[in-house]
Parts: sequence; C-alpha cells; structure tokens
Amino acid sequence: MGELSLETTKALLRRMLLIRRAEEQVIHFATDYKELLTGHYHVYIGQEATGVGVCHALQPGDYLFTTHRNHGHVIARGGESGPVLAEIIGRVGGYNRGRGGTFHVSAPHLGILHTSAIVAGCVPLAAGAALSAQQRGTSQISVAFFGEGAMDEGASYEALSIAALWTLPVLFVCETNGMAGGRREKGESGPRLVDRALALGITAEVVDGTRLAAVCDAAGRAVERLRAGSGPVFLQVQTGNTWPGHSGGRAVLQGGDFDLTWAYDAAAAPQELREWIETSDSVSILLRDLDRSGVLSRAAAIELDREVRAETQAAAKMALESPYPSPEGALQHVFGR
Amino acid sequence: MPEMSYAEALSQALVEIMEQEPRAVLIGGAFGPLGKRFANRIKQPPIAELGYCGIAVGAAMTGLRPIVSLGTASFIYEALPQVLNEASVARYGSAGQLSVPVVFHVRVGIRGAGAMQHSAAPQPIFWNTPGLQIAVPSSPADAKGLMLTAALRSQDPTIFIDHTRLHRLRGPVPDGPTEVPFGVAQVKREGKDVTVLATSVMVPRALEAAEQLAREDGIAAEVVDLRTLVPLDKAAVLASVAKTGRVLIADETQKSCGVGAELAALICEEAFFHLKAPVRRVAIPDVPIPYSKSEEDYVTPGSHHIMAGVREICR
Ligand SMILES: Cc1ncc(C[n+]2csc(CCOP(=O)(O)OP(=O)(O)O)c2C)c(N)n1
Ligand SMILES: [Mg+2]
Repeated sequence: MGELSLETTKALLRRMLLIRRAEEQVIHFATDYKELLTGHYHVYIGQEATGVGVCHALQPGDYLFTTHRNHGHVIARGGESGPVLAEIIGRVGGYNRGRGGTFHVSAPHLGILHTSAIVAGCVPLAAGAALSAQQRGTSQISVAFFGEGAMDEGASYEALSIAALWTLPVLFVCETNGMAGGRREKGESGPRLVDRALALGITAEVVDGTRLAAVCDAAGRAVERLRAGSGPVFLQVQTGNTWPGHSGGRAVLQGGDFDLTWAYDAAAAPQELREWIETSDSVSILLRDLDRSGVLSRAAAIELDREVRAETQAAAKMALESPYPSPEGALQHVFGR
Repeated sequence: MPEMSYAEALSQALVEIMEQEPRAVLIGGAFGPLGKRFANRIKQPPIAELGYCGIAVGAAMTGLRPIVSLGTASFIYEALPQVLNEASVARYGSAGQLSVPVVFHVRVGIRGAGAMQHSAAPQPIFWNTPGLQIAVPSSPADAKGLMLTAALRSQDPTIFIDHTRLHRLRGPVPDGPTEVPFGVAQVKREGKDVTVLATSVMVPRALEAAEQLAREDGIAAEVVDLRTLVPLDKAAVLASVAKTGRVLIADETQKSCGVGAELAALICEEAFFHLKAPVRRVAIPDVPIPYSKSEEDYVTPGSHHIMAGVREICR
C-alpha cells in the first residue's frame, strides 16, 4: 500500500465497507419494504475507492460537491450512515431533515453544501466555492465528483474553462463507471475524457479507480498542487467494469449482500458477479491486496466487516425509527427572512 | 437631497457596497470605473453565463456575497439551470441550513431596437420559481436602496430587475444609509377613484397617466409601486383596492401568466367584494418583441394604454 500506514489502510477499508453496507441497506429499503423507498436512486457499489481515496487527501474545511450518486461521497467524507440512510427515506433524522432525499444528500457541517441531481449541476458550484476560498485567502480547496455523463453537458466546460482562467483551487473528479443515463456501452465514454481538460490547459490524468492506492496517490498529488495555488486539476478516475447489479434506478443485489469471502474466491460468488469481482470491484481488489501482502488477513477483514455490518444495522434502525417531518413543514425554508 | 440619474444611483450603490462589504465580489463585464479601485474583487468572466452564474452561486454558499451583472436580461436564459435548479432550491433542500446571498443584475425590457433577443422581461419566470427574490425598482432612490439591501442584507438570491429606459431618469437620492427594505410597496400618488399597480418602468408611465387623468377627466388615480415582487407587499395592494374599488395593473411583461396575471388573481381571491369594476391589465401582447419602431411601439405598454384602461373602468 505504498505510503499508507496499516492504521490508515484499515481506516480507509472500513470507510469503503461502510459505504458498501449502507448502499446494500438502501437497496433493501427499496426492495424489502413496501412504500419506503419508492422512487429511483443510485448506489456507489464498486466505486468506493474513488470517494474514499479522494476524501483521504482532503482537510476539514474543504468543500465537496456531488451528484445524484452521492451517498458514497457523503460517507467517504465522514458522514454517518444513520443520517444518510434517514435522509434517503425522507425522515427527520436525515442530514437535511428528509427534505432532500436520495438525490440531494448533503451535509453542510462536512463542507458538502448542496448536492445537485442535475447532471453537471455541481461543476460550476464547486468552482464557485473555490473562487470563494481564493478570494478569502484561505487554503481551502473544493472538489466536484461527477460522472462521465457530465462531460456531455455544457456547464462542465464553462466551469472548467473559467477555473483554468482564474487558477481556481478546484479538483474535478470525473468517475467513469461505464454508465451515463443507464446506458452501458463499454468504452463508449472513452478513456480520453482527460484530453478535454488538457485542451483547456488544466492539469489532468487518468487514474485507476479500482485501486485505492492509485486514487490516494493521484488525489494526494492533486491536492498538493491545488493548495500551492497552481490551478485546477482534473482526474479521470476509471472505476472499472460497471457493477452488474445496476438496473436503471432500481438496483438488484445478485446473491444478496456482498460476502467478503467472494473477494478471495470469486468462484464462490454468483456467476454474474465473478468477472467484476476479479477485475473491477475496488473493495475486492483491496481485500486481496491486503491479504497477499500480509497487511490484513482474511479473518481480520471479516472481523472488521462484522463491526461495520453491526454499525450499519444500527444506522438502519435509527433511520427507520426516525419520524417523517410534519407535513406543513413543507412550507418552511423557502427564504431565510 | 442630491439629484442623480438611475444609472448613477446604481453605480453609487455598488461603490458603497464594495466599500462596506469585504465579502462583496462583482462578476461581470459592466463595472467600468469601479474596476481600478476594487480590481481584486472584480472578476471579468468569459462569455459563459451558465459557468459564471453557477460559480457565483457556489461562492455565495461559501461566504462571499457576489453581485453578477449579466447585462441584457435575455442572457440570463443561458444560465437558467444554475439559477432555477441550484440557487433557488439550496436553502429549501438543506432545510434551512444554507444561505445563497447572490444578486443577479439584469437589464430587462423593451429598450428600442432590441428585437426578440435583447428585450426580455423574465420577471414571471423568476416569480414562478420559489426561492428567488425579485426587485423591480422604478426610481434612482429605489435602485440604490434595493441594491444595497440585496447585496448587504439579504440571505437569499435576488434577481435585480433594471430597465434600460429608466437609466436616465433623474430623481432625489437620500444621502447616507439608504437601504430600501424588501416587501414594502410605496404609494407614489394618492387617489380615491382607481388603483394603478405598477413596477419598474411602468411607474413613471403610470404617474404620467395619473396626472393627465386628473387634468382631463377629474379621475384621482392612486399609483402603487410594488418595488419588489418577491416578497410582495400584499397588504398594500389589498388596502389600496379596498379604498378605490377599481384596479388596473400596468406591467411591461407579456400578458399571459405575467406579473399582471398573478396580481389580478390575488385581487380576485382576496378583494373581490371590494371591486366595483372588472380588474384591467395593461401588458405586452403575447408576442416576442419586434424590431421595427412602428411594431415595437405598438406592443409597448404606455401611459396611453393606462389612461384608456382607467377611463373604461371608471365610466
Ligand atoms: C440535466 C440532466 N439530464 C438528465 C438527467 C437524468 N439522468 C440522471 S443520472 C443520468 C446519467 C448520468 O451519468 P453519469 O454522469 O455518468 O453519472 P453516473 O450515474 O454514471 O454516476 C442521467 C442522464 C439529469 N439528472 N440531469
Ligand atoms: Mg457514469
């Protein structure tokens, strides 16, 4: 794991597992209950290393903007599963009192101010937070997570272009997960979105998002550059083959919750998942690496996961026990006055 | 009290804002002489309205108080995703945790040879988007006072509606802190026979009409300037209608679903039994704005339309 200490590695793996288990819980909310999670939603399964690796490079006070696929980013940044899950099912205990729901989970106390479900909506906003930091003379930086679909929207190019012109401390993290609008045309989004950022004069690189260490390394260098005032950075993070469970906006857990032993023995996993576990799942790849290098044994990883599952169960319970907001509250908070 | 033009009053407001409020940042191209003095807080963006309006919104979420000058209001249509989908909903979606104190300054309206794409009156679009405040000043004093309030006090996004044909209008502007609160209409002229509700450029047109109606017809028209559409001073509207029992709404927006439509609906719902005559609207017909002077004049709501309307309902 290069420069990461054992403690750090364990902590990052724990975050990744927290995301995995929380997202599975979201799917359970949608599929195991009637009328609990009735709309569509987007999970971060498989992409955990990107959120966790990038957030590891951040400091408290930095800003983070994300998309419809936000649950993982919020937890990666330190959000607790309870208020995230409560938000996703519209309960008062959610970070936004259930007002925002799955599309708009945000956590202002963590610098996640406003989450836009409009593809590319977050990109100018993140650049704006970077302008704010620059004008106020702080060392804060701003991160925008978005998918390859956002690179089809004009808003992204306007924001990238201005960020370059004004040398804004903003990190653009484009996660290419092979999906843009539910389409799964492998390779269609192309490995070279990064060229578009380079063409605008932005420092940019392609990162292997299936490997936590690669993300940590690239994000670490990017953040260093940003804090030095050298202008925006664009990371095209390739998150590997798409998780086979994505199914439009209503995911399916093939074979149930992820069994950690599958990571070490893909043959034991359901057929549909095997290739993904071998080549693309950032959690499985990390688990195998840690096992092989003797950093964290299978038994220790399974024990860690047991803790995470218990924590997630408690979080789900908290979310389910949290009431719905009072209906007439819907009229509040249009304006501050 | 010093006299100055509407444009001078607005520039003065910007200078005072920049002097008093270190978090104020100007984004846009039209800040002329301010440029040198506050160079480090004036950002000249490329022609990328969507990008720089979004950047202003993000900056407003994180401690700045940006004032964005888009120039001609038609150009804000290029930035609507960030204004309507992000700025307006951020406070609501965060259940009150987030403030977005950004000002979008636009020049609206029929300006003379603006044609279809330089004459927009987008007030109804913004009024139909909860979460946006709309200032529609008609005088130099209000232009300055409402801009100060938007930029120095407000915690929410404001669309600041400036009309090209008001720029040269002169009037007194009080010295000192001259903030004009949002949501407080002003009775510009008292009268007992009919209420004329107006905003922005229609206020001077309504006052001109009222003078002439008094002289020629002996009709005492009360002219109420709403000053902000959001928040709306409902009480002032209803009080005047209760007093006169007749109302004409004069607005330079297209008629269907325009500013006049909402005010008429409000009056029908809440002041119907005070009415002695049907509510009248003076507005732009439902067409884009044409270029040629003859056609442009034809669609521009003027004082003659107001007089004709008032004469009809006061018969
Ligand atoms: C402006 C806009 N157009 C369309 C949609 C519908 N939509 C929701 S998610 C999505 C695909 C986004 O793909 P990508 O940006 O790659 O993100 P991913 O879902 O893969 O994380 C689309 C088109 C939207 N939310 N916003
Ligand atoms: Mg995608």
